Amino acid sequence: MSPCRSDRNLVILLRLLSAVSGVIVLLIIAFLLKEALPLFQTIGLTRFFSDASWHPTEGRFNIRPMLAGSFLISFGAMGLAAPLALFSGIFSLYYAPQKGARFYQGLITLLAGIPSVVYGLWGLLVLVPLIRKLQAPGASLLAGILILALMILPTIALNAHAALLRVPQALIRGAAALGLSRGQIVKRVVLPLALPGISTGIILGAGRAIGETMAVLMVAGNVVQIPESLFDPVRTLTANIALEMSYALGDHRAALFMSALILMAAVLVLVVAAESIEAKTVYE
Amino acid sequence: MNRLAPAKNEGFAGFVLWSVAAFIVAVFAWLMADILIHGAAQISWDFLSTAPEKAGRRGGILPILVSTLLIMGVCLLAALPIALGTAILLAEFTPEKSAFGRMVRRALDVLAGVPSIVFGLFGNAFFSVYLGLGFSILSGGLTLACMILPLLIRTLEAGLRANPARDRLAAAALGLSYGASLRHILLPGAAPALLAGLLLGGGRAIAETAALVYTSGYVDRMPGSLLDSGRALSVHIFDLSMNVPGGDQNAYASALVLIVLLFIVNVTTAGIVSRWRKTGLAI
Repeated sequence: MSPCRSDRNLVILLRLLSAVSGVIVLLIIAFLLKEALPLFQTIGLTRFFSDASWHPTEGRFNIRPMLAGSFLISFGAMGLAAPLALFSGIFSLYYAPQKGARFYQGLITLLAGIPSVVYGLWGLLVLVPLIRKLQAPGASLLAGILILALMILPTIALNAHAALLRVPQALIRGAAALGLSRGQIVKRVVLPLALPGISTGIILGAGRAIGETMAVLMVAGNVVQIPESLFDPVRTLTANIALEMSYALGDHRAALFMSALILMAAVLVLVVAAESIEAKTVYE
Repeated sequence: MNRLAPAKNEGFAGFVLWSVAAFIVAVFAWLMADILIHGAAQISWDFLSTAPEKAGRRGGILPILVSTLLIMGVCLLAALPIALGTAILLAEFTPEKSAFGRMVRRALDVLAGVPSIVFGLFGNAFFSVYLGLGFSILSGGLTLACMILPLLIRTLEAGLRANPARDRLAAAALGLSYGASLRHILLPGAAPALLAGLLLGGGRAIAETAALVYTSGYVDRMPGSLLDSGRALSVHIFDLSMNVPGGDQNAYASALVLIVLLFIVNVTTAGIVSRWRKTGLAI
């Protein structure tokens, strides 16, 4: 078929529209760089790690406490949420009765859509007071980890469920015909095959955890410090941006855009990692 | 379905899995019940139809609902043509191995991973400052449009791909141009996906907070135009619970309104998708 003239124009229009997404990505990177660059040129990269403290209005830009906060909260939350999410996927596919499974999966889908402020609100008004009874001040690393784990659990569970669902039915039937028990089938057949898909889901979940702002901001206490216990308040990179952007000027504003660049870089690494795993996924 | 016959004795593993599922359901039931009980006590017609007073401690959320809907409208209107064009190109005109198609997909993957606060900073630097839109509903909506593009495109593309190959072949055999077969056959066939995509995108947009605080802003008056600042519902919840002592009760009520809105969106989408599956197509 040779496309007619109107079709050629159509394809040109479609290509222009498709290019917009790429242009947005470039614009995001360009504008973050543009805003961060002045500070980067005057103080370089090392002072973000070697300065005495985070007092951006007095020219001290140590972001290590925020990096530690982001890292600890994300890893803690992933450590809790990933296994639970995987169990949840296995449960709804292989252990739940059929009707129960449908209801359960519907619930998880619904939960994945709940806004982060709602998790934050519940954390702030219910969870934080509970932790405060255990040990003051309540708003803490622990509260951040628990709320974030709760928030990303449904998303990872949906991804895990989808990955498990892609395991070819014939292999499962074959294993069942060979007399393997349900537990053995899940452990020896389904999980090894679904592992790449599950890992991709977990990595994308980690990206979401690092980028989450509101829920963590509301429950983690936001004190700039490297925490010594689970009950110490912490501030994440994202919370720092959200808290200080409203009054940041000059170098301070640039420092916040610098931390956004760091977040962006972390997410890029995770996306590329997820893609490289996904590319290797082959079902026979 | 990837399912095994039911077995009576599932042993320790079965016990662990049932406990995990029960635990997850219980925690979320706690969360929902808490918001439902505290929120329902506050909600009335007055709450939905009056303006907030005393920084939101008293009064309702009418201007906030209006701002939220305006932001969502701007977001969907801006995102839809771009998403539709991209989805058509990816589904109909792009071979699997085309370099351009791969670049577009890579860009969408990255866009889907960008944290919302980074979208907020970008929106502030680009729409509010560089383009001079200031803190406005327009800035907020356009920022959200960038954010929901990947979701919208994925849904639309899946919908277009679900059109049976025989429709395309028949259209080509009748001598229809690509443009005509898109307009008369492929797009109508993908209409449910279009609707589902818009609902999902709208849902994502009303759930968002971090991208809006520094783009559409905090002002809780009734917006006079799209260039006015307008406070979204989620920003209102955040502000009431963090910055306004005594705002908890109205924060709960606003959260309940937000959840109910999202619930309606979710159920409608699920309904559309399942009816569509019954007709033999699949997302």
